[in-house]
Amino acid sequence: MTDLALDKPVPPNAAEPNRTAPAARRGTVRPSPTALGVGLLLAVAFGLLPLVGSEYLFDAILTPFLALALAGLGLNILTGYAGQVSLGSAAFMAVGAYAAFNLSLRLPGLPFVVDILLAGLVAAAVGLVFGLPSLRLRGFYLAVSTLAAQFFVQWVFNKVGWFSNNSPSGIVTVPPLSVAGLALDGSVGRYLFALSVVSVVTLVVWRLVDSPTGRALAALRDHETAARVIGLPVLRLKLLAFAVSSFIIGVAGVLWAFAYLRTVEPAGFNLDRSFQILFIVIIGGLASLRGAFLGAALIVVFPLALARLGETLLGGLFDSGVLEMSQRIVLGLLIIAFLIAEPAGLSALLDRLWRRVAGRLAALCSALCSRFASNRSA
Amino acid sequence: MSRPLTLALSAKAALVGALLAGASFLPTAAHADEQYFPLQSYRVGPYAAGGTGFFGGFIDYLNLINTRDGGVNGVKLTWDECETQYEVERGVECYKRQKSKTGVAAWNPLSVGIAYAMIDDIARDKVPLITVNHGRTDSTDGRVFKHVFPLLLNPYSESSGIVNYIAAREGGLDKLKGKKIAVLYHGSPYGKETIPIYQLLAEKYGFTAEQIEVPHPGNEQQSQWLSIRRSKPDYVVLRGWGVMNPVALKTAQKVGFPADRIIGNVWSNSEEDVIPAGDAAKGYTAITTQASGADYPVLQEIVKTVYGAGKGNLDDKKRVGSVYHNLGIVNGILNVEAVRIAQEKFGKRTLTGDEVRWGFEHLRLDPKRVEALGAKGLFHSINVTVANHEGEGRVTFQQWDGAKWKVVSDWIAPDWALLRPIIEKSSLAYAAQHGITVRDSAAEDATN
Repeated sequence: MTDLALDKPVPPNAAEPNRTAPAARRGTVRPSPTALGVGLLLAVAFGLLPLVGSEYLFDAILTPFLALALAGLGLNILTGYAGQVSLGSAAFMAVGAYAAFNLSLRLPGLPFVVDILLAGLVAAAVGLVFGLPSLRLRGFYLAVSTLAAQFFVQWVFNKVGWFSNNSPSGIVTVPPLSVAGLALDGSVGRYLFALSVVSVVTLVVWRLVDSPTGRALAALRDHETAARVIGLPVLRLKLLAFAVSSFIIGVAGVLWAFAYLRTVEPAGFNLDRSFQILFIVIIGGLASLRGAFLGAALIVVFPLALARLGETLLGGLFDSGVLEMSQRIVLGLLIIAFLIAEPAGLSALLDRLWRRVAGRLAALCSALCSRFASNRSA
Repeated sequence: MSRPLTLALSAKAALVGALLAGASFLPTAAHADEQYFPLQSYRVGPYAAGGTGFFGGFIDYLNLINTRDGGVNGVKLTWDECETQYEVERGVECYKRQKSKTGVAAWNPLSVGIAYAMIDDIARDKVPLITVNHGRTDSTDGRVFKHVFPLLLNPYSESSGIVNYIAAREGGLDKLKGKKIAVLYHGSPYGKETIPIYQLLAEKYGFTAEQIEVPHPGNEQQSQWLSIRRSKPDYVVLRGWGVMNPVALKTAQKVGFPADRIIGNVWSNSEEDVIPAGDAAKGYTAITTQASGADYPVLQEIVKTVYGAGKGNLDDKKRVGSVYHNLGIVNGILNVEAVRIAQEKFGKRTLTGDEVRWGFEHLRLDPKRVEALGAKGLFHSINVTVANHEGEGRVTFQQWDGAKWKVVSDWIAPDWALLRPIIEKSSLAYAAQHGITVRDSAAEDATN
């Protein structure tokens, strides 16, 4: 029984060799290169960027990047690790965003961090309900049934005015962001908030996919019948994957609404957004934490870079519509090129590049070292 | 020089140019006075027809002011476009990108979603945000929304204007009693926004309002029109969007509902809404704040000065004078006049956003001034105050004769007094939620 062509190119654990590296496994004191890299990245993101970055960098690039990367991470648990395809991610984002809005509106006493957790739980509950078909369906059939979530949720938020506090235009402005009395109104504050949430959730997911549960999910993806034969609780695992994934996507929705746009409207969570998140996961690399971030970077940052380049080079010659169309063509071609170069996504591409560079460096180093040694001995 | 080399050189030159442009953010650049209009336009995507027309008209008018008058009192108008595709996050990105340039006059996104996402930043950056003919209704209350201007018409006034027009056709407001009006609305936040207003107007004037939803995108309306045929309303108000409009007109023809009893709202009033419906649209009437056609002096000047010099923005010259193009021109007039009025107070130089905001708050163009601007008959007048950021725009109604729109009514005033309490209730709630001090409009109007 094949699931979807999507998860075929991913051999188990191929995307993240470091995850099973013996050093990490044994938990020795020596930090792995991955941990070092992540630490360095976090230090730059938390320490350096807020000092040097501009409002444009935070509000137009980094904050949406973080929110979408988190959504990609959530979908990756479901699609990449557990092999269940979903086209309803934007709906779960919407549930998270609207839940957080209503919680902060109707229970003003609650701290915002609790709001986020509860919003995630609401999204997880909705995800569980729409995950039920996965018990009987798989592959494309499941993907189609998750479309129901996409359309139903958007319809409900449109139809029932209570969710948007009976706002006449249906678009609601969220209250200003503040955590523990600390106003995080400015672009740096909202960025740091998003960064903290994304860091914590990513850390938890990192632990999760490395745990027996994570391996059980991978077994479910690789061969459902075999997983059942070896006694894994397949149904429970599927629902768990849906719940955890929806929780994370819901939290991403909260970030999207509160840290990034600061408004919520149903149209912002349409099918296009669901596809965007799915593309992030596919382009970034299935079953890879890093993949979600790389994919989100490509989807968010790359079009902007392209737009600016196009504007600078050709802005005087064509109107913005023509430029926009040509950018889409270029972006599409590049995505195809990336995927031909490495069907397993940017994450695997990066690994391959890194291995090549590391190999060169090692060769160079050994050559230098031997010359140095021979010089010394001479 | 060989071709690749030239290309490489020009790419290099562009890179150097970009670096220099980056460096020129330093306050050393002393240039002639300029006022900059950042345009978050949309020429791609489902709403491109509206976007190209509106931003085309806006740019054409700015071009006219630069070419004919050398700017506003010598201050040159500049602009650039950033494509949003009508998507909120692209609009936000454009805002963050374009706001770094100096001399921003006002923002005109022509998208409710983008406008909502900008409201916080606008207040902090102290620049005006113009949502002509649409936008957040409660931002009419300038005491709370200091920098937001839903000029000419907000959705509530639009509903009231339509009902007043129907009353005029019936022979007076008292004739509405016992009548039945069906409102066919788009199944979106936009479409649903006026449900309570039609209810309120129905109670006040004693007609029955039957409100029927058409799910997005609205390309199938058989059941809605069958129920309209059963209930036999006197009028149908079409509160549509995009493809929903021509489909409504065609389906109405199929079930035998006369087109001249269908009244379109402000997003169902363009050529793009009626031409696809062909014959079925003949006789259909729609509200507008700006009449169509290219006969007005200001349009003639644009055709002569701007298009004559090959600088016209519309690719298809036939669209000059179309509904969206004229809306763009009227929007251009309002923006430019606000700058002019502000210059009288603050000096003929590059103004700050907050100074232009003052100009918008004193944007008073009576019919005489409108005539002097060459726009008599194009739009009626505007009278913006600190408390009223809509500015008492009048509406008129145009009928489609199969080839063009023809004005069929006077300039009609909506019932602003009836709507004001609802607007204030919503704006004061917003002020409380966001900790905004409500401005004392009487005092501010008096001191200025």
